[in-house]
Amino acid sequence: MSQATLRVQKISGHAGSVPGHDAQREFTVCKLIDTTTCIGCKACEVACMEWNDLPFGETVFDNTYQTMPETRWNYWNLILFNEHEKEDGSLMWLMRKNQCMHCAEPGCLAACPADGAIVQYTNGIVDFQQANCIGCGYCITGCPFDIPKMNPKTHRVFKCTLCSDRVSEGLEPACIKSCPTGCLHFGSKEDMLKLAKDRATQLREHYDFPQAGVYDPAGVGGTGVVYVLHDASKPELYGGLPADPHIPWSVRLWKGPLKWLGNAAMIGGLIGLAVHYLRFGPKEREETIKEPHEGAEP
Amino acid sequence: MSHAEQAVPQGSVLRYNFKERLTHWITAVSYGYLLMTGLAFWSPWLFWMAVILGGGQVSRMLHPWVGLIFAVCVLIMFGMWATQMHVDENDKNWFKSVGYYVRNEDEQMPPAGRYNAGQKSLFWGFVVCMVLLLLSGLVLWSPQYFAWHSLIAMRIAILIHVLSALLTIGLFLIHVYMGVFAERGALDSMVHGDVSMHFVKRYHPGWYEEITGQTASPKK
Repeated sequence: MSQATLRVQKISGHAGSVPGHDAQREFTVCKLIDTTTCIGCKACEVACMEWNDLPFGETVFDNTYQTMPETRWNYWNLILFNEHEKEDGSLMWLMRKNQCMHCAEPGCLAACPADGAIVQYTNGIVDFQQANCIGCGYCITGCPFDIPKMNPKTHRVFKCTLCSDRVSEGLEPACIKSCPTGCLHFGSKEDMLKLAKDRATQLREHYDFPQAGVYDPAGVGGTGVVYVLHDASKPELYGGLPADPHIPWSVRLWKGPLKWLGNAAMIGGLIGLAVHYLRFGPKEREETIKEPHEGAEP
Repeated sequence: MSHAEQAVPQGSVLRYNFKERLTHWITAVSYGYLLMTGLAFWSPWLFWMAVILGGGQVSRMLHPWVGLIFAVCVLIMFGMWATQMHVDENDKNWFKSVGYYVRNEDEQMPPAGRYNAGQKSLFWGFVVCMVLLLLSGLVLWSPQYFAWHSLIAMRIAILIHVLSALLTIGLFLIHVYMGVFAERGALDSMVHGDVSMHFVKRYHPGWYEEITGQTASPKK
């Protein structure tokens, strides 16, 4: 980071272009999850817990292969197992690795009232700074993917960091490193989108998946995690992936018009009362009540 | 009036007994704390309020507890004053003439009783907002248990909490302005308990008639 901030962008009295300008590619990082090649081995779940040193939590068995019903404050990466019955009556696994989507327009960040508790790095990673978190849980209401979870003991909210510590050192996230089938990829958003689109084209043209496509929802400005889905027209099949996620209307209303109206009303009220005091002053003291002025209307 | 236990100066009458004053000031202090911490969570420009009150974490932790104190106090006020706050026909007339009240032409106002229609509105406004704030606040208190089972409830609760809090801020500003700046003698009555009979006669003629048996208004 410090090297990046000291890179010269403009230069005085210099003939020609800035030396080294455009020599390094600026990019947003992205994780690509190809659900069509996921085998549900859960290596990514284990790698996530190991690298991030997450404490052991009890699993929940509910007659599926899924480790637990949903992600937890200390379980950021969970493969959702969905048994899908196709039109011909045959069974199909729809397995989706669920974690923070690292939205370009993060609802958690929009809803958060604590200074510096949620940041978005220039590489697109959305990260929680637990030292600044006040434990209000507003981020939970702002997330269209239901990802942030609160530690009930410490009252701090946690989620996938996209291994920002590894990425800052030039390494790929732990889940990517562990994937045995190559269904997980990591790179620039541009490259990952190309890879994803090529794979979707392949699925449409060479396999029996005419609806195959890429999930990179525009409602949240695109995401730092993109999926290749067998059927991109029905993302809900993959454990409730929203078809068109947005920052919830309640958060937009509260942080948008309501905030400005409220501020205007409060400041306007203060000014109004001050002006009233200057114009009319206090009500007269009862001992000094004057007779009605000559000019007063009857 | 039955609150004759406290001695008051000559020419004065007891308006607020000790229990009423104590409840009022506990409510006031807790509301002040709730207002400051709440505004800190409302706008980043006001987050410094949480910082000077011990930091964001402490503010978030204490806000709900102080909120409970506030709710209990408003409930006690409800018990003490609800019977005196019935809105009647006279109060509707009071609101029709509220322009005179704003311009301090109080002799033009229809005679108010112990509480005028504005004071009654403030009371009911705070009672209703307290209930809304309490219910929405309970939903927001423990998101670690509540949230991911009922995100919709939390999202709506935030809006209700914000809207009713804004409403109380409006009521609070008017209340403080009236009590401290506009109506001299009002703050004093909430500190010492008594108001002068002149004050009663001018601003609460109905109450004056009630306690003296004499008619208050030579005019009209």
